[in-house]
Amino acid sequence: MITMKSRNHPPEHPDIAALKLRALNLRRLMLDMASGKGEGYIAQGLGIADCLAALYFHELRYDPAAPDWSDRDRFVLSTGHYAIAMYAVLAEAGYLPIRELASYGLNGSRLPMSTFDDTPGIEMVGGSLGHGLGQSVGMAIGLRLDGSSARVFNELSDGELQEGSTWEAAMGAATFKLDNLVAVIDCNGIQADGPVTVKIDPVADKFIAFGWEAVEIDGNDMQALVTALGNAREANGRPKAIVLRTLPGKGVPTLERRERAHFVRVANDEWDLLKTELETHHG
Amino acid sequence: MAEVAQTTAGRTRGMGELIDVEGKTTEIAPFGTTLAALAAERPEIVGLTADMGRYSDILPFRDAFPSRFFNVGMAEQDLIMIAAGLSKVGKIAYCTTYSVFITRRAYDFVAIACAHSKANVKIFAGMPGLVNGYGATHQATEDLNMMRGIADLTIIDPCDATELKQVVRAVADIPGTVYVRSLRGKVPVELNADYRFELGKAKVLREGSAVGIISCGYMSMRARDAADIAAGQGVDAAVLHVGTIKPFDRDGVVAFAAGFDRLIVAENHKTTGGLASLVVEALYDAGIMTPMIKIGLADSFFECGSQEYLEAKYEVDLPRFVRAILENR
Repeated sequence: MITMKSRNHPPEHPDIAALKLRALNLRRLMLDMASGKGEGYIAQGLGIADCLAALYFHELRYDPAAPDWSDRDRFVLSTGHYAIAMYAVLAEAGYLPIRELASYGLNGSRLPMSTFDDTPGIEMVGGSLGHGLGQSVGMAIGLRLDGSSARVFNELSDGELQEGSTWEAAMGAATFKLDNLVAVIDCNGIQADGPVTVKIDPVADKFIAFGWEAVEIDGNDMQALVTALGNAREANGRPKAIVLRTLPGKGVPTLERRERAHFVRVANDEWDLLKTELETHHG
Repeated sequence: MAEVAQTTAGRTRGMGELIDVEGKTTEIAPFGTTLAALAAERPEIVGLTADMGRYSDILPFRDAFPSRFFNVGMAEQDLIMIAAGLSKVGKIAYCTTYSVFITRRAYDFVAIACAHSKANVKIFAGMPGLVNGYGATHQATEDLNMMRGIADLTIIDPCDATELKQVVRAVADIPGTVYVRSLRGKVPVELNADYRFELGKAKVLREGSAVGIISCGYMSMRARDAADIAAGQGVDAAVLHVGTIKPFDRDGVVAFAAGFDRLIVAENHKTTGGLASLVVEALYDAGIMTPMIKIGLADSFFECGSQEYLEAKYEVDLPRFVRAILENR
């Protein structure tokens, strides 16, 4: 495990190959966790892995040895059920011991299947969707009041855009001119009952109409991710939205093809096959 | 700032001002003026409203600290989320709007974003109970019932301006999320200057031997007025003010109630799920089955109208209170 101490600004020239390797590691850790539990929100986790790698190993400033460092960038995961991906990246970044990941979803674990803020590195209780963007707005206002250069990154999902509170927060972010706020919106096209049920496109145009800057990218394209994150640094008085089109199950073809991908159960003897697929198909 | 309320015939009170101002010394906007003074000492304090700054009395704070004041518009969920986010970067967030909009609209956000996260959010909820003439849409007559169901939430129902001002300061040092039933406009000064609010401690405001009154919020002020009137007719009532609804002072209430064989419980709330329910639970657990009259609202929605009309119609006004003491003889 390599401990990151990313207190400095990100490098001008990201190492795309290294970031892709990070994303692969995250996917490995997620498959290990899900196979231990026998189930989980693995498809979403695999889909968001590239974005988390770009954030934690390129864009964010943080120090796992000092989780409460006041000038750290905040990454606020709104979709609590993406916990499996968060624990993977927090372990990879040095917030959690790798060996603890085996307790994912087990009784008494501090790595429950939905995120709570008593886990090191988790900034907010996720899970009740529609909470993340508003709390991120509050954090961004507070950091600006203190003259901090820290920024706030909020992950939310396409299904979550159905929550009205998200749009209250979107209006507030533009009103308060929060250019220290970046929303990364994971549009993977699925929600609990299946495909996204309410028409939410065009997502980027909606945020632009709300006074944000917004861009839509392939959320599994590492170069596109680091470019969009780089562009989102501009201090121009507007919050930034990066709309990610991601593929649930990305990197594991059997899961990419799965119709009911929101919550995945896999037979015990199939996990090895999925792990083999990941090693065969990455890159 | 203190002044005696005008009693000129026909003068209209401001919306949300209590009937009880008549003949009493009052203070204007004790919440906002105290918050502005406190914020001068505590730079971590920020203030928020959801388009109810004027009607929640937070404008003195806005005028003193405009860069620390945020009006989020008519978006109560956003109000609570932003307050929670501010607390997570070290602020103490005082936020205001009407009780109804906080409790009914933003419940999940108070529970999870604030209470569960032990967020330093101090909610000053305006016009709780029947203190609004705009009908059921604006009357938070079940807010105590709702909010007491949230774990790790502190709930305070101050009696008057003296207590409210102390509460504004006290909550800054009470960890976690606090819901305060605020009083706005011209707020009567009922309690003596030596009164001291203590979290979780009920206080005897009036000694008496015939009837024990247990009350919260401004109904404790009305309880004292009613007790004074009843005393003139030979019935001596004691008043226990329960300023903190949660954590509830079970021991204090049981000890007080044990001294009487007749009780009255009074609240600006439905008689279900609020103070009366809390008192009954505590007394039952202690094996006390004292007869009790409940002064409060029925399980209903309530109509529009003046404070005088509504309180008389729904039998929570001063004459009803006096009658209850005397009937209880």
